[in-house]
Amino acid sequence: MTYIEFLQVHGSRMADGTVLTVVQFLLATVVAVVVAVLFGLMRLSRNPGVRGVATVYIEIFRGTSLLVQLFWIFFVLPLFGLNLDKFVAGFLAVGLNMGAYGAELVRGAIRAVPRGQWEAALALNMTDRKRMWRVILPQALVIMLPPWGNLVIEILKGTALVALISVADLMFEVRQINIATFLSVQAFGTALIVYYVLARFFVTPVMRALERFMSRKIGRA
Amino acid sequence: MTEDMSRYPLHLEGDDVPMVRFRNVTKRYGPLVVLNQLDLDVSTGEMVTIIGPSGSGKTTVLRMLMTLETIDSGVIYVDGEPLTHMERNGQLLPASSKHIRRIRSKIGMCFQHFNLFPHMTALGNCMEGLVQVLGLSRREAEERSMELLDMVGLAEKRDEHPSRLSGGQQQRVAIARALAMRPKVMLFDEVTSALDPEVISEVTNVIRRLVGAHDLTMLMVTHQMGFAKEISDRVCFFFNGAVEEQGTPTKLFENPERERTQQFLNAVLDAN
Repeated sequence: MTYIEFLQVHGSRMADGTVLTVVQFLLATVVAVVVAVLFGLMRLSRNPGVRGVATVYIEIFRGTSLLVQLFWIFFVLPLFGLNLDKFVAGFLAVGLNMGAYGAELVRGAIRAVPRGQWEAALALNMTDRKRMWRVILPQALVIMLPPWGNLVIEILKGTALVALISVADLMFEVRQINIATFLSVQAFGTALIVYYVLARFFVTPVMRALERFMSRKIGRA
Repeated sequence: MTEDMSRYPLHLEGDDVPMVRFRNVTKRYGPLVVLNQLDLDVSTGEMVTIIGPSGSGKTTVLRMLMTLETIDSGVIYVDGEPLTHMERNGQLLPASSKHIRRIRSKIGMCFQHFNLFPHMTALGNCMEGLVQVLGLSRREAEERSMELLDMVGLAEKRDEHPSRLSGGQQQRVAIARALAMRPKVMLFDEVTSALDPEVISEVTNVIRRLVGAHDLTMLMVTHQMGFAKEISDRVCFFFNGAVEEQGTPTKLFENPERERTQQFLNAVLDAN
C-alpha cells in the first residue's frame, strides 16, 4: 500500500479528527486565556486570601501531570456528582492546565510594566480598576504576547491527550487506524506532519500577526 | 507608636489658608529618615522650587503630596483639608482611599521620565483622565485637550504616539495631560532632567507661561538653578530631610545664610 493509497482510504477519517483537534484547541485556548487573566490578576491582589487561592490553583495545575488532571476531570469528578461530557472534559482540562502557566505570564507581564505608568495613572486619579484595564493590561499584553506564542503551541500539542478519554480527535483516529492496519509509520507519521503544519503554518503566523498588530497599536512599529 | 493627632486642626480656616501645608511630616524607609518633621506651607498661586543634594528628600515631598508615598507621621493639608487624614467624629484618622481620591483630584504631577501612556496618542493621553476620571464626553474632552496641546505648541502632533515624539515634546504633552484635569496644585519633578540640553527650553518656556498666566500653585524640584532663580516666588533648600534655608530666589542664590546652602550652590555652580 503506497502512502497515497493510505491517504485515500484513511484521509477523510484523519481530516475529521483534525477538525476536532482544531476545535478542542480553540476552546482550550479560550479557557486558558480566561483562566490566565483571572488568576494572573488574583496573584497580584492585595488581599492575601485571593492571592492564596490563585497560588494554590497554579501550584496544583502546574505541579501535576496534565494527563492525570484530564483523568480526574473525566473519571473522578463524576464520583462527586459532576458529570462532564468527554468533549467538554477534554478542552477544559487542557485549558485549565495551560491557563495556570498563562497566569504566571500575565502576572510577570503586569509587573514588567514600568512603575512610572502606574504612578502616572494614579496622578490622573484613576481608580485601581481603570488603571489596570486602561493603562497596565494593554501594555502587559504587548510584553506577554511572545511567550504566549509558545504556550498556544503547547495547548495545541496538549490536546492530543484528549484521545485518551476517547474524544475523536486526530490522535484518536490515528490510533484507531494503527490498531486496524498496523501501518504505524504512515499513521503516526501523518499525525506528526499535521500537528507540525498546524503549529508552524497556522498558530505561529497568527501569533506573529497579533504581535505586530499590538506593537502598532502601541506606536512602536 | 501612635501619634497624638489631636494637636492638628481638622481643617484649616482663616483668611490666608495655604494651598499646601506640611505639618510635622516624617517619612522613613526602614532606619533611613528621608523627611524629618517637615513643616512647609505653599500659598495659593505661589511657585515654590525645591533644591538640594540628592537624598535630601526633595522628590519625596512631591511624591507624598501626590500620594505616591505614604507618610509615617504628621499631616498634609491641601486647600484647607487634610489629604493624608480625614475627619471622623471630630478626630483625624488615616484617610480612606475614597477621601484620598477626592483630595487628590486637586493635584497634578509631571514626572522626570514623562510617563506618557505609550499605547495612546498625544490627544489620547490628554483625554484619558477627562473621559475616564472626570466623566467628560469625548467631544468635551477632545476640545479641552486640544486647547492644552495648542497651549504647549503640539496641536499638530495630536495623533502621534509618544514613541514618535522627542523628549521635550513628550514632556510638553505630559504637562498638557496634567493641566487638562484642572488641578489647583501642579507638581514638577525634575521635568527637565531627562532632556537633551537643546530641548530644555521647550519645557521651561511652557512652565514660564503657566507662572505668568494662571493662579496655579506650583511646586517644582529642579537642578536648573538659573530657571529656579528666574521663575520662583520662593526657593527652599533641602538638606537631610528638612528645609535648611528658604527665601526669595535673590536672597537664597545671592546671599545664602547657611553654610550648607553656600556649599551646595558653590558645588552646583562649579559643575556648570
